[in-house]
Amino acid sequence: MPAISFQSVCKTFPPSRQQRAQGKPGLRAVDDVSFQIEEGEFFGLLGPNGAGKTTLISMLAGLSRPTSGSVSVHGFDVQRDFAEARRHLGVVPQELVFDPFFNVREALRIQSGYFGIKKNDDWIDELLTSLGLADKATANMRQLSGGMKRRVLVAQALVHKPQVIVLDEPTAGVDVELRQTLWQFVAKLNKQGSTVLLTTHYLEEAEALCNRIAMLKQGRVIALDSTSELLKSAASNVLRFKTDMNLPWSLAQHARITGRIVQLPAKNAHEVEQLLVSLREAGVTVEDVEMRKADLEDVFLDLMAGEQTPLEVAR
Amino acid sequence: MMMLSPTGWRALLYKETLRFWKVGFQTVGAPVLTAVLYLMVFGHVLEDHVKVYGTVSYTAFLVPGLVMMSILQNAFANSSSSIIQSKIMGSLVFVLLTPLSHWGLFFAYVGSSLIRGLAVGLGVFVVTLFFAMPAFAAPLWIVVFAMLGAAMLGTLGLIAGLWAEKFDQMAVFQNFLIMPMTFLSGVFYSIGSLPPFWQTVSHLNPFFYMIDGFRYGFFGVSDASPWLSFGIVASAWLVVSAIAVHLLRIGYKIRG
Repeated sequence: MPAISFQSVCKTFPPSRQQRAQGKPGLRAVDDVSFQIEEGEFFGLLGPNGAGKTTLISMLAGLSRPTSGSVSVHGFDVQRDFAEARRHLGVVPQELVFDPFFNVREALRIQSGYFGIKKNDDWIDELLTSLGLADKATANMRQLSGGMKRRVLVAQALVHKPQVIVLDEPTAGVDVELRQTLWQFVAKLNKQGSTVLLTTHYLEEAEALCNRIAMLKQGRVIALDSTSELLKSAASNVLRFKTDMNLPWSLAQHARITGRIVQLPAKNAHEVEQLLVSLREAGVTVEDVEMRKADLEDVFLDLMAGEQTPLEVAR
Repeated sequence: MMMLSPTGWRALLYKETLRFWKVGFQTVGAPVLTAVLYLMVFGHVLEDHVKVYGTVSYTAFLVPGLVMMSILQNAFANSSSSIIQSKIMGSLVFVLLTPLSHWGLFFAYVGSSLIRGLAVGLGVFVVTLFFAMPAFAAPLWIVVFAMLGAAMLGTLGLIAGLWAEKFDQMAVFQNFLIMPMTFLSGVFYSIGSLPPFWQTVSHLNPFFYMIDGFRYGFFGVSDASPWLSFGIVASAWLVVSAIAVHLLRIGYKIRG
């Protein structure tokens, strides 16, 4: 039985009053999405802003209802068998939300209580220690920094020992230390058998952690494969250099440009040679030239820029 | 060791009660002070000029009305403010991600409103004893109407909290519906002293029956029969409860 199953899921948001007056239709945020995540997987859900990742997670968590299709957690439909589905699910929301009336331990005890769990202090203490919150147990939520509040959100999601953990952009805007702590802890839980669904904009994190990845674009799955297969699908190498000059359009349209750093895909030595010739002919002076292996970001950018229809790419 | 219980709603009831208790000066102390000020000002001005039900002094008459008004306003404030705040701040998600059913949410929010309403009502009553000692003609009616009134307004607060998307929408609900209905329900006067037209209008206000029935418990005298008041208030509560449970079941404005 899969840990998570999306079956032909669609979500259309009705048009606002203003849009209705202008005769505009509603927004189709998720469009016929079907895939499954098996028990014990570390699964990445990637896509640009507005691709439908958070909408998909909201439907999984029961915060939003699918317009059509079904979503289940360990075989429990998230609408019909919502109580069982939610017992199996721990969700770390994207927004940095907190209840200002309580301290950290109170918040975790109350959250345990919602799941009908009493006397949960042993596990709460373990969570506090593992997430570096032990010395903040009696601190009011308002007194915590953003990074600390994020840790509490993770602890709240795990307080009932869910078998499926959903992390929606958990490292957005947090420091390196928290990322390390969080990933070590989540990787440990994954090794112990928990299924993890991660959405992130940090593609190096997804590449390092996820064994399988789905990429969403405009509400549709445009790629779904193991991380290694996705990496193989990209140009195998990237030519990287620095320049202060503008590239000719023929090269610029394929390049990833970050300030002075330019990265161009190249499948083999012949393509590298051609690129260098084109640069020389255009009079572009380059420095710090190097080659590197293609990474997930290259795959992501390729797919997002590509004109393939989803069916051609999705497996 | 972890112990499982199917009654997670008790945790929400505890949390909602702890929420107002942690700011008790604001949520319990301040309304008690307000009610005492009403009693001092109106009691002082009208004590020698007004006798109600023939023999009851105005200050003694005012006490049950003020206690009930405090119960109603604070029961409403508890559920409505908790829901609108957690909706706007986003912390409602902690409740929505749990296995709590719509019935669980209903009992927890209404239950905590009932506790706050009764806590404030008791506080007002104890303090007003220094000014007037009302009789206790039918104590059971006092308890019945206090609980029904608190439950009714806690349920209305729940509906208002779900409906409102902004604090000013909540203010509209509170200032243009709850406050006028409370003030025009006979807190400060017996409706027997009103012209016939306004007596008829008052009889259409369910809040009137809460306060009138509650007052009957103290004096054994009221403008309407306590059984009639009980029937009307209980029916009204069942209707608003059915609406509130339905809204929670469909996730009105809380689940997309």
